[in-house]
Amino acid sequence: MRRKLEISELIFKIISYLLLTVFAVGCLYPFIYTISSAISGYVEVRDSTIVLFPKNVQFDAFADVFNNNVFWNAYTNTLFLTFYGTLWEMMLSIFGAYALSKKRLLFRKGFNFFLVFTMWFSAGLVPQYLNYLATKRVFQGVGIMDDKWLVVIAMGMQAMNIILLRNAFEGVPSEIEEAAIVDGATEWQVLWRVYLPMSKSIIATVALFFGISRWNGYFWARQMISSVNEQPLQVYLRLRLEEYSDPEITTNWQLSHNYAPDSLIYALIVCSIIPLLVIYPFIQKYFAKGVNVGGVKE
Amino acid sequence: MAVEATDYLIFDEESGTYIENPEQAVRDDVEKHYWLNVLRTVLKDWRLYVMLVPMLIVFLFWRYFPMYELLGSFKLTEEAKTVAEQYYSGFSYFRTLITGLGNTELSMQFWRAFRNTFLLSFYGLVFGFPVPIIIALFFNEIRSNIARSIYQVLTYLPKFMSTVVMTSLVIMLVKQGSDTSGMQPGVISQLLHNMGLISSETAYSGLLNNPSFFRAIYQISGIWEGAGYDSIVFFAAIIAISPTSYEAAQIDGAGKMSQMRYVVLPFILSTIVIMLITRIGSLLNVGYEKVLLLYNPNTYVTADVVSTFAQRNGIAGSLKGLVSAAEMMNNVIGMLLVIGANTIAKKASDTSLY
Repeated sequence: MRRKLEISELIFKIISYLLLTVFAVGCLYPFIYTISSAISGYVEVRDSTIVLFPKNVQFDAFADVFNNNVFWNAYTNTLFLTFYGTLWEMMLSIFGAYALSKKRLLFRKGFNFFLVFTMWFSAGLVPQYLNYLATKRVFQGVGIMDDKWLVVIAMGMQAMNIILLRNAFEGVPSEIEEAAIVDGATEWQVLWRVYLPMSKSIIATVALFFGISRWNGYFWARQMISSVNEQPLQVYLRLRLEEYSDPEITTNWQLSHNYAPDSLIYALIVCSIIPLLVIYPFIQKYFAKGVNVGGVKE
Repeated sequence: MAVEATDYLIFDEESGTYIENPEQAVRDDVEKHYWLNVLRTVLKDWRLYVMLVPMLIVFLFWRYFPMYELLGSFKLTEEAKTVAEQYYSGFSYFRTLITGLGNTELSMQFWRAFRNTFLLSFYGLVFGFPVPIIIALFFNEIRSNIARSIYQVLTYLPKFMSTVVMTSLVIMLVKQGSDTSGMQPGVISQLLHNMGLISSETAYSGLLNNPSFFRAIYQISGIWEGAGYDSIVFFAAIIAISPTSYEAAQIDGAGKMSQMRYVVLPFILSTIVIMLITRIGSLLNVGYEKVLLLYNPNTYVTADVVSTFAQRNGIAGSLKGLVSAAEMMNNVIGMLLVIGANTIAKKASDTSLY
């Protein structure tokens, strides 16, 4: 039985659709504008006449981005950091969270506090910086010259993600674990065959969080990676942005280019978000899941 | 039946006598061998502890060592150039920061940064906090699943972007005009100018070079980035409301506003309270990366926060001890806020956040 909408309900519905559409378009618009500006001609970008669609289309900005070896280097570095960083963090987090989820673990409360305290209090940027510098020296001392490994190993662990995993593991019924042990499963087998398959979606969510923050990581990578060839994409993008906001560089730009310096930045932005945009529709549901679990629990 | 004395007493072979208080003796024994027992338990379950240790080491090395170094930074480690500077290092860093003795300029900067940190968060709370709730209410109005998914996909999208990409977009959209190359100001600046909100000079000189626009840009870009994503948790609370609740209200003749007031609000109130408390807890925890990428010397007045102050003077500069003290003050107050907020949340809703 459908009931006629009250007038106030109808008005609210219309407002909802209207404002949501405005907001959704507002979320999307900068990306469309970016793509359009990246492939528009010099004069159009200079005069800011692009509203939505590209004008006087050129692809030279993209071509120049692709022809730069440093760009590909940065891309490879970001892939490296994302892959090994996520792998390293997931390994430590899964093992750690599994141990923490066990009631029989001695000093369990103490270990939990050890984790949670890092969410409450951080030493601050300067002591962290000095610590990373010291770590860098140690790494170089043992022959790890590549600063990327420093970023992979020393940075990015997040107590929150470990707690998400721990809560998921605690939710696995202990009867299943006991049954597996009766069948002769070892600790490793219990983890791999019982716990991981039973908390697949939260593991995917946590891996996604780690992966995204690795892909997007900027600050410490910029501080700690000294060699240009080891810089990740985000640092590369920012350095180009700083470079091209200098009017000196752009003075005689038009003589040698048919696109504006801005287009190069826009093209770089497009290149750095394309992989995320491609996988976004598939992982979006996991992205949303982390909030519901992480926001309010126990 | 009488209990034989020997059932109770334990014969100690060493001294050749019976122990008088066996229960106490057992307790003493356990206490004496406490660490041995711990070791025994650990060895029996060694796999569990092997799994735990790497994670602990990472946290120890790269989270706790800096805290230890923080304490070390209050010793006279800095290369003090004059006697006066030496005098003001150590724990008098705090005095310098708070009262300005020894380095008035830096103390002024610190208080400015502290104030900005608080204000950026506070405005974020006032303007940014209600938006996700409103969006969640709007989502609830959309009955078609496909339409809702499209809206959700679009509004969560900016959260995916890195701070560098997001700030690059902001910088490009409100960038300054240039005489030498004939560049026009960014498209948003022009839009605001055409709407008559800002003068053409303001648009031309770049909104990010103008301290009075920094907070607005920071908040609006923050809402653009996070409001859709932050609405998830509220939407989850709203969608859990049973349709019969609405029907009952409708039969009673409740209009939309009354339904909001008497049906929706009571249901999502606990979520709102928890989220609000969390936000209050992190009032002194501003995303420094974003500020660092958006600010410039022209906007330090409104933009400089404690972390960027630390980055500028401690990492790029050389005032490591003084800056560590500044950050420590900020972070200790921040920690007290978090713990306080968590305690209140626990009391308010039986929900602990950590």
